[in-house]
Amino acid sequence: MSTAAKSSSFSAGRIILYILLLLFCIYYLLPLYVMVVNSLKPLSEITAGGMMALPRDWTAAPWFSAWSTAQVGVEATGLRPYFLNSIIMVVPAVALSTLVGALNGYVLTKWAFKGSTILFGLLLFGCFIPFQMVLIPMARMLGLMGLAGSVPGLIFVHFVYGIGFSTLYFRNYYAAFPTELVRAAQIDGAGFFRIFWRILLPSSGPIAVVCIIWQFTNIWNDFLFGASFSDFDSQPMTVALNNLVQSSTGVKEYNVHFAGAIMAALPTLLVYIVAGRYFVRGLMAGSVKG
Amino acid sequence: MRKLTMMTAAAALMAASTSVQAEDVEVLHWWTSGGEAAALNVLKEDLQGQGIGWQDMPVAGGGGTQAMTVLRARVTSGNPPTAVQMLGFDILDWAGEGALADLNIQAGLEGWDDVVPEALQQFAKHDGKWVSAPVNVHSTNWVWANKAILDELGIAVPTTWDEFVAALEKVKASGKTPIAHGGQAWQDATVFDAVAMSTGGPEFYKKAFIDLDEETLGSDTMKEAFDRMAVIRSHVDDNFSGRDWNLATAMVINGDAAFQMMGDWAKGEFLNADKKPDTDFLCFRFPGTQDQVTFNADQFAMFAQGKEVGKEQAALATAILSPSFQSAFNVVKGSVPARTDVSDDAFDACGKKGMADLKAAADSGNLYGSMAHGHANPAAVKNAMYDVITAHFNGEYDSATAVEELVTAVQINK
Amino acid sequence: MSISETANPRGSVVDRLRDALPKLVLSPTVAIVAIFVYGFIFFTLYLSFTDSRILPSFGWVGWKNFENLFRIRAWDTAVWNLVIFGSLYIVVCCVLGLLLAILLDQRIRAEGFIRTIYLYPMALSFIVTGVAWKWFLDPGIGIEAVVQGWGWTSFEFNWIKDREMAIYTIVIAAVWQTSGFVMAMFLAGLRGIDSEMMKAAQIDGASTFALYRRIVIPQLRPAFMSAFVVLAHMAIKSYDLVIALTGGGPGTATELPATFMYSYTFTRNQMGIGAASAVIMLMTIAAIIVPYLWSELREKK
Repeated sequence: MSTAAKSSSFSAGRIILYILLLLFCIYYLLPLYVMVVNSLKPLSEITAGGMMALPRDWTAAPWFSAWSTAQVGVEATGLRPYFLNSIIMVVPAVALSTLVGALNGYVLTKWAFKGSTILFGLLLFGCFIPFQMVLIPMARMLGLMGLAGSVPGLIFVHFVYGIGFSTLYFRNYYAAFPTELVRAAQIDGAGFFRIFWRILLPSSGPIAVVCIIWQFTNIWNDFLFGASFSDFDSQPMTVALNNLVQSSTGVKEYNVHFAGAIMAALPTLLVYIVAGRYFVRGLMAGSVKG
Repeated sequence: MRKLTMMTAAAALMAASTSVQAEDVEVLHWWTSGGEAAALNVLKEDLQGQGIGWQDMPVAGGGGTQAMTVLRARVTSGNPPTAVQMLGFDILDWAGEGALADLNIQAGLEGWDDVVPEALQQFAKHDGKWVSAPVNVHSTNWVWANKAILDELGIAVPTTWDEFVAALEKVKASGKTPIAHGGQAWQDATVFDAVAMSTGGPEFYKKAFIDLDEETLGSDTMKEAFDRMAVIRSHVDDNFSGRDWNLATAMVINGDAAFQMMGDWAKGEFLNADKKPDTDFLCFRFPGTQDQVTFNADQFAMFAQGKEVGKEQAALATAILSPSFQSAFNVVKGSVPARTDVSDDAFDACGKKGMADLKAAADSGNLYGSMAHGHANPAAVKNAMYDVITAHFNGEYDSATAVEELVTAVQINK
Repeated sequence: MSISETANPRGSVVDRLRDALPKLVLSPTVAIVAIFVYGFIFFTLYLSFTDSRILPSFGWVGWKNFENLFRIRAWDTAVWNLVIFGSLYIVVCCVLGLLLAILLDQRIRAEGFIRTIYLYPMALSFIVTGVAWKWFLDPGIGIEAVVQGWGWTSFEFNWIKDREMAIYTIVIAAVWQTSGFVMAMFLAGLRGIDSEMMKAAQIDGASTFALYRRIVIPQLRPAFMSAFVVLAHMAIKSYDLVIALTGGGPGTATELPATFMYSYTFTRNQMGIGAASAVIMLMTIAAIIVPYLWSELREKK
């Protein structure tokens, strides 16, 4: 749908267009700019003021400090050990919720039964439940299941509150998928799982990207569950970052805070940059067409 | 209620036998900044010397509120940490739930009753039993001042409210900001603590904030205290709202502002900026509260994980109360030891003064829990008071309304 | 849609199992949602009638928590703030998202690059960007100071310090975070529109503006709907944002129901009142979301 732009010559209109786009770029980039610039300054330069200014003394020390020597607990370990904790938690949680979401979407569209729409509605409503509310009952359930303070427990929690959205994405995507293909395969004798593995799943790339980006971002960035349901040896990155940034009565090393913050955000940023171009395609392929 | 705690305690016992090795302590705390954590490391090494491992569970944020949320989740799930950093009424609340271990044996052996001030014991003992080990005493009614500005304007250390106001006027006339203040509820309340104490004296303070006497809360003295808050508000720069306390301290350090009312942890900021007490900056009690000390104290409570106190819990408690740790930790932290018999050799001028003040206040009955820091009344009341103090300070209503609101707030939340 | 009826109705156990397979596959999800969403909702409902303080407790107190809740000024503020914040946030995100999508859909050079820039804030949590935003909006060191430093000394931007305006700074930061995501949704919608139809309309001499208003925007309805669900869910759960930017201040001016609930349940040890506020919040959400879901899902049939 690009017919509106018939000529790509540099008319006044297009110059205004580019200026507009550029202005918005600045709006979106400014906070990141502030963070990056200040993460490369010595602390004295920050406290002296001028948060928008480029560093006079460029230094990478805050980055090294945030990674390996900053104080986030009794030991000055930096954020390094927590990185792995997050990965161990996020990857299975994302994989699990995406896979189950895909299966749910498949059932809800291609094997719909009486009441399945209402079921989906109830499932979707679950997305809106405020997490602060579920904290205490969830802790109790995890205790009963023997998962308290463990990585599987954390994965389970993220899985539980992730399936709502992953089901939504896949359901909307599969709704647009031609049912005739499924019927034909069934006449050929293919079973429930075979149809899913051989026909639907191979064409689910775009929506899987959308779903994975969404889940990865949410789970990686979660603080509340990560802090409450982890143990001393499984605290995720966000908790460590929070410990770095929120220390109460000590000197605030803003440059280290910013470096740590960017570092903690790098995996999600990377996912967006690498998978970003498939993202619009994935959205296009179904989820917003309803 | 009790039943639930018993169940969780039982579950904890089961968990303890599997996940935590008998000889390790898992410690939930929010001391994650450089100095604090380094100080805590002293404790860790002490325990390691005795063959006890330290499992670190730091959760910073909101002056410990974040950690308390985590604690609730951990206890509910039957997996409480061995020891938890706690403040004031939180300790008593958890003790009331029957969740804390009894430390009387250690206390008796080491004579805690004789060395820890009475006012502090109220928060470390429940039903006559020691349930937590106090680490330090922060006093909150300090004023920090930039000496250069005071000298330049010929201001002597103010000792009364009127002298203080005169000093503020002088600074204002010179074009500098009289008071560096961060507009966050707890900071507003910290100032209010000192102002109320100065306005009405210790009896008034106790009746209003500790006894929650409605007549006192609604009195004209309280209105006067709010009026004085308005005076302070008029000597704060326009940009105070939401500012972190350490940025306010930086204003005093950099010579942009003359005074800051803040607890003794502010000292660390001055020292970190290479400023010397008595030459670059001054520390003195809020005018009119020279004899009083309002305090808050960090303590470690031990979670009951069975009938008896764990061996490692006992060792941790003993290590915390040892004079050498009390000295080493508090020198770094800026606070003063929780026991009054520790030598002040290692402390600087402000630290020595703080220790002397604490001892004097404890001996003369002038040591009071700080309302702003949860050592005068329970969390629900404290936060309700915060709401009123902050709303008034931000000009949402006048002093008369503030007094009424304060009474209502206490009624709802008592 | 359903094709399950094509299976052999009179079959062996294996056949019946095969018929039940889709439901079996769905059943773990159903069980999980029943317990961990609806079970917890009922648990909270129950708590709201009890004297719970620091931990759940089961002494029945009737409507007392609700009565107290409505006596608390901050709750009124929180509810009103959610109305202001929620509606502004959703509207601005949609408008800005649509505008950006249309701008980006004009055969822009380096489109992928610009798109990523618009989209990346979604990847960051406010634990990460909170401090930067706070500085930014702070008149002492942020935008105001910088612009004044450039010589425009009368420039003022002190909303975050202003009780009346602070909630709008929350909107600005929230819009920054999600508008790119909404843009992506609309862009995807635009790319899905049949270009033949556009050409035909252009030949008929419709102006660009009319083209968008009459043909393009109506076709974006599903994208609007998806955006609405995502945005509504974000608005209701906005917690980190407020904590990072203002901590609910100045005073209680930027308190939202989510922060209110957290503070009463966990900071103030008033779990009963916290649960009561959660119940009211859920009922409000249900009142908005259920009719929407109803209309959306019915239409599909």
